[in-house]
Amino acid sequence: MANQTFDVIIIGGGPAGYPAAIRASQLGLSAAVVERDKLGGVCVNIGCIPTKALLHSAALLNSIRKDAKENGITTGDVSGDYGVAMKRSRKVADQNSKGAEFLMKKNKVTVIKGTGVLASATTVKVGDDVLTAKKAIVLATGSRTKGIPPIGLDIDGKVVISSDEALFLEAAPKRLAIVGAGAVGCEFADIFNSFGSEVTLIEALPRILPVEDAECSDVIAKSYKKRGIAVHAGVKVVKADVKSDSVSLTIETGGKTETITADKVLMAAGRAVNTEKIGLDAVGVKLTDRGFIAVDPATLQTSVKGVYAIGDVAGPPMLAHKGTREGIHVAEVIAGHHPKAIDYSNVPSVTYCHPEVASVGLTEEQAKEQGIEIKVGRFPFSANGRARASNETDGFVKIIRGAKYGEIVGAHIVSGHASEMIHELILARTNEYTVEEVDLAIHAHPTLSEAIAEAALDSLGRAVHI
Amino acid sequence: MATKVVMEALSPTMEEGRLVEWKKAEGDAVATGDVLAEVETDKAVMELVARADGVLLKRVVADGDTVPVAQVVGWIGAEGETIPEGGGTAPAAAPPAKEKDKAEAAPSAPEPAAPAPAPAAGNDRVKASPVARKIAAERGLDLGSIAGSGPDGRVIMRDLEGATAKPAAAAATIGASVFTDLPLSQMRKTIAKRLVQSIGPIPTFYLTVEVDMERAHEAREALLARDDKGKFSFNDLIIRASAEALTRHPFVNAWWMDDKIRQWQDVHVGVAVAVDEGLITPIIRHADRKTLREIAGEVRELAGRARAKKLAPEEYTGATFTVSNLGMFGIDDFTAIINPPEVAILAVGRIEQKPVVANGELEIRRRMRMTLSCDHRVVDGATGAQFLKTLVEMLENPLALVW
Repeated sequence: MANQTFDVIIIGGGPAGYPAAIRASQLGLSAAVVERDKLGGVCVNIGCIPTKALLHSAALLNSIRKDAKENGITTGDVSGDYGVAMKRSRKVADQNSKGAEFLMKKNKVTVIKGTGVLASATTVKVGDDVLTAKKAIVLATGSRTKGIPPIGLDIDGKVVISSDEALFLEAAPKRLAIVGAGAVGCEFADIFNSFGSEVTLIEALPRILPVEDAECSDVIAKSYKKRGIAVHAGVKVVKADVKSDSVSLTIETGGKTETITADKVLMAAGRAVNTEKIGLDAVGVKLTDRGFIAVDPATLQTSVKGVYAIGDVAGPPMLAHKGTREGIHVAEVIAGHHPKAIDYSNVPSVTYCHPEVASVGLTEEQAKEQGIEIKVGRFPFSANGRARASNETDGFVKIIRGAKYGEIVGAHIVSGHASEMIHELILARTNEYTVEEVDLAIHAHPTLSEAIAEAALDSLGRAVHI
Repeated sequence: MATKVVMEALSPTMEEGRLVEWKKAEGDAVATGDVLAEVETDKAVMELVARADGVLLKRVVADGDTVPVAQVVGWIGAEGETIPEGGGTAPAAAPPAKEKDKAEAAPSAPEPAAPAPAPAAGNDRVKASPVARKIAAERGLDLGSIAGSGPDGRVIMRDLEGATAKPAAAAATIGASVFTDLPLSQMRKTIAKRLVQSIGPIPTFYLTVEVDMERAHEAREALLARDDKGKFSFNDLIIRASAEALTRHPFVNAWWMDDKIRQWQDVHVGVAVAVDEGLITPIIRHADRKTLREIAGEVRELAGRARAKKLAPEEYTGATFTVSNLGMFGIDDFTAIINPPEVAILAVGRIEQKPVVANGELEIRRRMRMTLSCDHRVVDGATGAQFLKTLVEMLENPLALVW
């Protein structure tokens, strides 16, 4: 391969990078993706996809335990084997990575194995090879897990682990502490609780799922406590004593300290962006004060002309679907098109625990802080026929609308199927439908989605089924 | 396919238009938004613009022809394209502007960066989000005149920020103002019915007062001496004072709507301006919220364009009250005719130095006579008199305007 020339070179083949390559190719550009590991990145290999496979196993296990008898299903003792579920999740992840490889071939994208380093504004070094970009270089190097070294929580891969290791455990640890109760922490709490671990969930902010609406956090916290997960929110880990096969965490809340002992601690408090050793300094690519690569939001171009950044390295939220959209966008920009600006206010957020939490737009608290005059509509699944039929009555739909015009300021769903249901409201919000348009769409009966129409109606003071 | 060019309704009251002059010849290339011809409406000379890209294939009507709204006046299409048979005269509705098909192809063909404004011919054809529609309806914005930044030029909420300045259709503009509709009481209905039988469709009565303009004169001299850029006339002061008085006497700041009285909270004062062949009343919107300097500037600018027949419809329709001044023609006093659905009009005469008795002594003072014509269905004698009293107080003590 030696020295090759492409229109576009993308460093990183994750959910931002590989769609960028496909779109560039669709637009007639020659594209290369430089990937040091497997295509699909963290998302496909050690993130979104395998965790969803494990969450499926966990949900199935809980469902059998909880519902088998009253549904007329006879089972013997039901027990979970995390190792088996893990192997299944690996198969799913590998299939997806192979799928990405296939897409590269189909779209005539050249995949170059190795670590890409920016050598100049138009060249990328991969080992001894030099690739030249005629039009653009796109940085899509992603992010990685991180520990909290100052308190002794360096990820060692054995006792102090991250999602990277958790996804490959052969067995569920007996006692697991999880530091950080965002989406990742809450999902692993769900998984390991289902497979029999004693789980302690620790969050520094006042509530778990801190970026979600407080009502959603409350439902999950209650549900977790009921399932036997110890939930500590608003506490700080002040000290960690890591031994060879266990760990003691000293946590502090309101001046009181407590010690939690576990066999493993899973670090799920934030991720570090991969901005080191990729040649940013040499070429003069500037970072923001928070350490992300600084980009022009309209074009995603960095401080260096012809060098672009997308996905996690380009700034929060660090979500695969945000990165994918940026990948498509940047390819169109590079091809000379003028795509519509990315609407960052409409990036949905989903936590795939059970029940799931999905949202788009502002929380009630944020809306009030911003001084928006709002009306809130709610509808609980306990009043929804389909939810009762499927024994999924946990959760609710909450729609926050503008008081004057009825625009959707924010929408929040807690439900076994929230991740699928939220899209109706993303579509509505992205297209500026009001709650009236949401209600005017006839919702099939009986469905969980009827709760969305009811919540819209409730915000207008006229819900029907409650 | 060739696209029709039709006579568009360029003002809310326009039923036909005279094609004054074609600005494009047959065979000329035209792009959406290009001026095709000048059209004289009932009120002004306006521009007829292209709603499609291509070549002006045919002019169906000649310069100077008058045609009803919606009739075909020409055709736009691809070069060499023939127009449909019989397409010469058949009346047709205005076609929506069609965006050129954009082939997604080579990167060498960039898409246009700026979205084109959506077609202006009727709000139902404008792409706009439901929220944008609601806001536009409430604020009286013409979605068609706003450049949409959403997909395919769709107007979205963000596009309406700061769009208040350029409202379009007159009815819509006034719709943006706040008003209260008062149902007609039996007494008001009876008064209305009897008076109409007695005197004609608008039962008008007249109230005349004489105002001492000595202090207004002093104030004006002082202001003019202080700032030679800020010229203003007594009429500007009268507009400003009327606006102030209208906010205190909303019954005069109203419309007769046959089945109800619409009381406006916003004050839009029409100013009668003589033009060749007639008269037109450009409007000072929100005159109660504007400074004298702003009003003076606006009146001069609008009057200039009114004389040049360059006013847009929204600039001369939708007033809530009108002031007509013939002082410059040396008229002492006169009665003006109400412009419905408004319910009052103020006729202002010249300022004249006269002997008057003040404080028991004979003095020479500047005096001015004003007559308020009132629609008796809405404004009773006492209501009109109270309004005039406030107005006189304002003019006799101009400082009250800033109090």
